[in-house]
Amino acid sequence: MENDIRVYVEEAPGQRTELVGPTDMGLSLMELLKASGYDIMATCGGMALCATCHVEVLAGPALPEPEDAELDMLETLPVVHEGSRLSCQIRLTPRTDGLVVRLAATGA
Amino acid sequence: MSTPISTDICIIGAGPVGLFAVFEAGLLKLRCHVVDALPQPGGQLSEIYPKKPIYDIPGFPEVLAGDLVDNLMKQIEPFHPTFTLGERVERFEKLDDGSFQLFTTDGTEIHCKAVAIAGGLGSFEPRKPAVENLEQFEGGRGVHYMVRDPEHFRDKKIVIAGGGDSALDWTNFLANVASDVTLVHRGTTFRGAADSAEKVQKLHEAGKIKLVLSSNVTHLHGNGELKEVTITGNDGKAEKVPLDCFIPLFGLTPKLGPIGEWGLEIENDAVKVDTLDYSTSLPGVFAIGDINTYPGKLKLILCGFHEAALMCQGAFKYIFPDKKYTLKYTTVNGAPSM
Repeated sequence: MENDIRVYVEEAPGQRTELVGPTDMGLSLMELLKASGYDIMATCGGMALCATCHVEVLAGPALPEPEDAELDMLETLPVVHEGSRLSCQIRLTPRTDGLVVRLAATGA
Repeated sequence: MSTPISTDICIIGAGPVGLFAVFEAGLLKLRCHVVDALPQPGGQLSEIYPKKPIYDIPGFPEVLAGDLVDNLMKQIEPFHPTFTLGERVERFEKLDDGSFQLFTTDGTEIHCKAVAIAGGLGSFEPRKPAVENLEQFEGGRGVHYMVRDPEHFRDKKIVIAGGGDSALDWTNFLANVASDVTLVHRGTTFRGAADSAEKVQKLHEAGKIKLVLSSNVTHLHGNGELKEVTITGNDGKAEKVPLDCFIPLFGLTPKLGPIGEWGLEIENDAVKVDTLDYSTSLPGVFAIGDINTYPGKLKLILCGFHEAALMCQGAFKYIFPDKKYTLKYTTVNGAPSM
């Protein structure tokens, strides 16, 4: 489809699953991951309030900088990585085509 | 041991769906007791987003989550439900007469004729840091995930870990209670409330607390009781610090908890139900709201309300198999009461 982009989830080193997501529905990466059957809770429904959709961005295009709410929540986690983001705060747009992420460990 | 609580339905979970189930049960003249692991009713709405507006509650173009909880509490007042808050139902037994005996973490005993699990995504439990032998020192042996009674820490050496508001607030508070306070944070700055962060900084500058940044607590040491922790810097340098209590404060995360061990049919961390009455695989036990699963499930508060209404019909039939129930509208019967 014309409005589709591709996002890759790294399940294990070197093993990536391709997800195809639309850019014309206002979806977040969290919603695409949930819809694709990934085991993330996203307890707060996408308000950057619970960190249960925490992912690590491994590669791909530069993303918009996280806003304060996302940074505040990441700050509370015991473990974060250089590319830690809340997937609910990443909108699927043509600029996110080719993004590679890894789901963070539960609770982290 | 306190006197066991006796009720018709025990609702596990005081979130919006659990609270509305009290209302629906009340319309059927069923008494309810509500148990929740959190210290206040409201579930996710109170714990995670009390100030966020919700837009898909019928009749409310917009309502703050906290206000919805307040309204639900007001709506169930006429039915005089009783509550056990701050305790988690740990185990339950089905008795020969089809009723149930529930036991909470604090030893509260509840006898009921039916059980309605409205546990949302499970109980909110502390998010634990990845320290290998953490569990060895839980249960009063030195690791505390929350500060229930600050007096417990009086004149003790404590290490707090975390960078959010809880860690900052308790560091500030316990600086005047404990004999020695160390705050360990993996970052270099605090994004919690600016005022709290400033107070922490001032306490540090005044020598009243120790502040260890760019570091994590990586090991716990002791024989039965916690005696020392190893704090490791992001540069790899490690230091052992003697202490009485370690308080990791990294927020809460939902877990299914003991419900998963009760012999109910579970699918993807949710309880499977029959949409006829939201009964589970164990007769007399029902599950409503986010904790259940069935084909077409939508995790929405309004769907949970619908499930609560049907569940109460099912519970009524389970409790009173010989009684005939006729649906009555509240507009016909007037103000509801017990």
